[in-house]
Amino acid sequence: MTIKAKLRAAIIWGLTVAVPAAALWFAATSPLLAWRDPVYVAAGLAGVVALVLLFLQPLLAAGRLPGLSPYKSRRIHRWTGACVLLAVLIHVAGLWITSPPDVVDVLLFRSPAPFSIWGAVAMWAVFATATLALLRGRLPLRPRMWRRLHTTLALMSVIGTAGHAVQIEGTMETVSKAVLCGLAVGAAFFAVLDLRIWARKPRREPLPLRALKK
Amino acid sequence: MPFPHLNRRQVLAMGGAAFVAGPSGLVVPARAQGLAPTPSMRGGANNYRPGAPIVERIGGGGFTMTGTVRRAGDGRPLPNQRIQIWAHTTEGHERDWHSHGATLTDEDGVFQMDMPQIVPAFGQPHGHLAYDSGDFKTVFLRPVMSSAKDTRLEAHFVLEPA
Repeated sequence: MTIKAKLRAAIIWGLTVAVPAAALWFAATSPLLAWRDPVYVAAGLAGVVALVLLFLQPLLAAGRLPGLSPYKSRRIHRWTGACVLLAVLIHVAGLWITSPPDVVDVLLFRSPAPFSIWGAVAMWAVFATATLALLRGRLPLRPRMWRRLHTTLALMSVIGTAGHAVQIEGTMETVSKAVLCGLAVGAAFFAVLDLRIWARKPRREPLPLRALKK
Repeated sequence: MPFPHLNRRQVLAMGGAAFVAGPSGLVVPARAQGLAPTPSMRGGANNYRPGAPIVERIGGGGFTMTGTVRRAGDGRPLPNQRIQIWAHTTEGHERDWHSHGATLTDEDGVFQMDMPQIVPAFGQPHGHLAYDSGDFKTVFLRPVMSSAKDTRLEAHFVLEPA
């Protein structure tokens, strides 16, 4: 590796680790936690974890994290996707236990909080993205069409989650939250452009995992 | 006072104007501008516990929830009206019984409750208030604080007969 490539790898990995770590640290040490019971604390943190993972997902999908082979990148992308789903379920279930009527209002799109609709849309988009991932190869969809659908839904998840998070007055610290949300949306659009998903000729054909070199 | 002389042209113009303006709604009868009743806010009734007791203060106090209760139409202050208050505070969640309390309005229709500091919960620092005594239509309010550092929150009720 040249010095320039090493520097580039260091900057990419530095940002990829430092920003989520800072955001998680601030959220985990928020003064608001003193007045919340464990279920509510866990629900809030699960939301932050989901946001962090959604920032990593497009980078893994594009295979642009230095040092990770396309095969490894894709395998991690799958597991990270499963973790996003789990984090969203913990987030919603924990909030439900904490205050059922507030969560019911959000799910029925009648909550007074302006950020809730962003969260509800993101949640359904995550469910749809994951369902599509589980059914990959079992649907009558050509690989490129599958990838375009998966990407559209994933974009909705990321944008919805970022829009949800920035409007919330909660345990996340304002600056680290804004930077993380900006990076997540930026990474998502970077992956779309990088993989040329809507181009007639994409950068990389959407190959099944087994076809990738280890 | 001399009666203004109208020629035929003016009479026709006035008649024509009245013919156009009348059904168009440009002319409306003078109507007393009554005070409109306050509608319930979305999410206002969340974690409501009917029959919260009247208390001196909720918990240790330190935060003030205040407001007025008036009658729709003439805006007359309504004394002795029971207002229930609850919120997520430094001392408990909204659903906790000890986070709930009620107070009565004074002769000027003003109520004031000393309660623990409201802290942001479910994304916004907010409180809940209810009028549910039955003489007037039930109203649930959910005011949001402009800053989580505020130590005071206001909510105003205009009630209409049940």
